[in-house]
Amino acid sequence: MKKYREKIMGGVFFTAALTSILAVFLICLFLFVNGIPAIGKIGVFDFLLGKTWAPSNSPASYGIFPMILGSIYITAGAVIVGVPIGILTSIFMAKYCPKKLYKILKPATELLAGIPSVVYGFFGLVAIVPLIRTVFGGTGSSILAASLLLGIMILPTIIGVSESAIRAVPESYYEGSLALGASHERSIFKAVLPAAKSGIMAGVVLGIGRAIGETMAVIMVAGNQARMPAGLLKGIRTLTANIVIEMGYAAELHREALIATGVVLFIFILIINLCFSVLQRRDKK
Amino acid sequence: MTDAINNVTFADKLKGYLKNPASMVLMLLVMISAVITFAVLLFIIAYIVINGVPNLTPELFSIHYTTENVSMLPSIINTFIMTICALVIAVPLGIFTAIYLVEYAKRGNKLVSVIGVTAETLSGIPSIVYGLFGMLFFVTYLKWGYSILAGACTLAIMILPLIMRTTEEALKSVSDSYREASFGLGAGRLRTVFKVVLPAAVPGILAGIILAIGRIVGETAALIYTAGTVAEVPSNLMSSGRTLAIHTYVLSSEGLYTNQAYATAVVLLAIVLLINILSSAAAKKLASK
Repeated sequence: MKKYREKIMGGVFFTAALTSILAVFLICLFLFVNGIPAIGKIGVFDFLLGKTWAPSNSPASYGIFPMILGSIYITAGAVIVGVPIGILTSIFMAKYCPKKLYKILKPATELLAGIPSVVYGFFGLVAIVPLIRTVFGGTGSSILAASLLLGIMILPTIIGVSESAIRAVPESYYEGSLALGASHERSIFKAVLPAAKSGIMAGVVLGIGRAIGETMAVIMVAGNQARMPAGLLKGIRTLTANIVIEMGYAAELHREALIATGVVLFIFILIINLCFSVLQRRDKK
Repeated sequence: MTDAINNVTFADKLKGYLKNPASMVLMLLVMISAVITFAVLLFIIAYIVINGVPNLTPELFSIHYTTENVSMLPSIINTFIMTICALVIAVPLGIFTAIYLVEYAKRGNKLVSVIGVTAETLSGIPSIVYGLFGMLFFVTYLKWGYSILAGACTLAIMILPLIMRTTEEALKSVSDSYREASFGLGAGRLRTVFKVVLPAAVPGILAGIILAIGRIVGETAALIYTAGTVAEVPSNLMSSGRTLAIHTYVLSSEGLYTNQAYATAVVLLAIVLLINILSSAAAKKLASK
């Protein structure tokens, strides 16, 4: 009896372990099967590089190039805003922060990561967008607003990963540099940071992944016009926003084209994840 | 007292910085960045709390939703139901997978590294892609329609890697002497896992589950096309219902209920704060062991 129980439970654990593989398989299968035919029907180049997205026109055109650019622009903006502040803050957390303060600030960064994206989006809608509207004019919903908001949202990711990368550098690097007469800052920036480089890069890549995949917060502040980027203060639509905004009423080829948009996003994310795991593996060596 | 030799007074530090302006600039940059990060966090929380708390009216907690009271109580109940359902599916799966990986799989097992890669992939997929998949698979292919169940299944896949990873870490941190002692007393593998290893790993597993709850409560993109946006408490798991995060999104995107949206954002924020406090308490318990 006991032997059977061991066997059965061993089987149960094994089956459970297979579910995550099954999940990845099903996600790939359903996205590709539902999305790829649409790309075929529209034509690969017309779909990826077409400059107009007008599903209700006749003949309808399904070019997602504006949305691809939108995602890239907003992500680049978020990187410009978030990466320097994030990395410098992680240096503060690892090398400057007094222990007592650290006990408060560490949970604070975790809280920053825990705030739901819809709350960030709402904050952007009621605080950042009006601010941009009064300072620069226009509607306020713009690339700038989305970049600022996403820059804030990727901070905790970057801080977390780079802080642990900096902490993983042996203390002897820092001490050796100090002993050679370098100042605290020089030791950190010239001896410790280069050693933590690939870990910090991994954090940045992870942050990029977060920014490209972010949906709700972007929808609420980016304006969502499906057109080529027209300026920092003009609205734009991202790949993620395209899916959520139109999926509610889309049918037939339009719906398939939206799923295909998801496929493109998925492939972007897979590439970014690959970069991340390569960087992290290099860091461990 | 022993390290008095290394003590640097504030005046010494200042002198050093004055001699070395590049260092001073770097130091200032680091300080300014840290101040910006935490000031932004404080500002976001303060902004929403100050604007939201005065808008917390009793009508917002009526049992039934109407377009006049835009009550959030049904959404809160839905969030609760959704969390329970997703956890019921994901927690056993995640824990069992971790048990297989740590306690059962032999060293160098190929499957272990494959599962590691899939977990990594799953945790990098953005929630909107989960939402698309949930819509294609649960809602359309399995013909469940917009339902709590479809939403919960989608979320379960989403939080699976999180629970798996934290449980794996917790199991690995249990000292091998526990297992050896248990085997030595004649216990089988199963008994050892459930009576000895798992109880010792509970705080770590709990911290993972609490983090997962945080993700479920805040999730919007994965639910909008799986659980739908009906603002009532559903009669069963096969009907649609919106969670609090979706409720906040709908209210703020309609633009008519900004004050009520502030209030729901406050409630959402309070729940997330509570979850964060609980999770760090659980983690602390693990660390003190």
